[in-house]
Amino acid sequence: MLEIGLAHYLTVAAILFTLGLFGIFLNRKNVIIILMSIELMLLAVNLNLVAFSAHLNDLMGQIFAMFILTVAAAEAAIGLAILVVYYRNRGSIAVEDINVMKG
Amino acid sequence: MIIQALAFYLFAFVAVAAGVLVIASRNPVHSVLFLILAFFNSAGLFVLMGAEFLAMILVIVYVGAVAVLFLFVVMMLDINFVELRSGVLQYLPIGALVGFILLAELLVVAGGWVIIPEAAGVAAAPIPPIDQVTNTEAIGRLIYTKYIYLFQASGLILLVAMIGAIVLTLRSRAGVRRQKIADQVTRRPGEAIEVVKVTTGSGI
Repeated sequence: MLEIGLAHYLTVAAILFTLGLFGIFLNRKNVIIILMSIELMLLAVNLNLVAFSAHLNDLMGQIFAMFILTVAAAEAAIGLAILVVYYRNRGSIAVEDINVMKG
Repeated sequence: MIIQALAFYLFAFVAVAAGVLVIASRNPVHSVLFLILAFFNSAGLFVLMGAEFLAMILVIVYVGAVAVLFLFVVMMLDINFVELRSGVLQYLPIGALVGFILLAELLVVAGGWVIIPEAAGVAAAPIPPIDQVTNTEAIGRLIYTKYIYLFQASGLILLVAMIGAIVLTLRSRAGVRRQKIADQVTRRPGEAIEVVKVTTGSGI
């Protein structure tokens, strides 16, 4: 219990990932919370990569986590920009209203 | 050892609790603040694992940029967030079901894995001893040599994201009066001045 190993970190990452997924299900109407949940899931993935990097003594995991961080930042910027444009056009951010492209 | 364990449990507990509050709080501003708290505590976990550079990057990039971006957008949009939360209970059972199944699967995987003994010898980039090379220096030595193209590509991704965000949100509204220096300079007296003959006693 006091010996903190790889399994502890993996458990925390698994819980955080599940919370992110749960958040997407729970807040199906609010796009901002969905974006935050995706950030939470990406954080859990980073936690996994760094935990394995530390455990296997391989720096590659940390470098990969850095690239994931880059992509996550870009994704947040683009997602929020799309959100702002959408709100400007429709006056709402509810997911149910986003059905213009539905065939 | 005991301090490390205590720090781990503190960071892990606060991170998970903040994650719960991100998805459960009614006010999105509170959600963003709890997201910041979760990122801070994850940075603490990174430090515990010996990844100091990533921990600092997490604090600077996420707390300094992404979370503030979220905060700006939440405050900029004039939305009735109470209305958006209606129907949460409707999605609670299916979300809880999927969440518990996924968590159980992940924990089964986390509890059952075995690393083959040969894996220790085939590391792509072994971490140098910390008393000789710091974490930041080791990462720098790798990304500027072996993974320079990936590093450049991630820079390009950020550039594309920046241009994309600007292009998406930039708008030129019609009917806005702006000063146009060129038009002012190229004006001729003929098109600017008009001589009007006004008869006495009547207006124009």
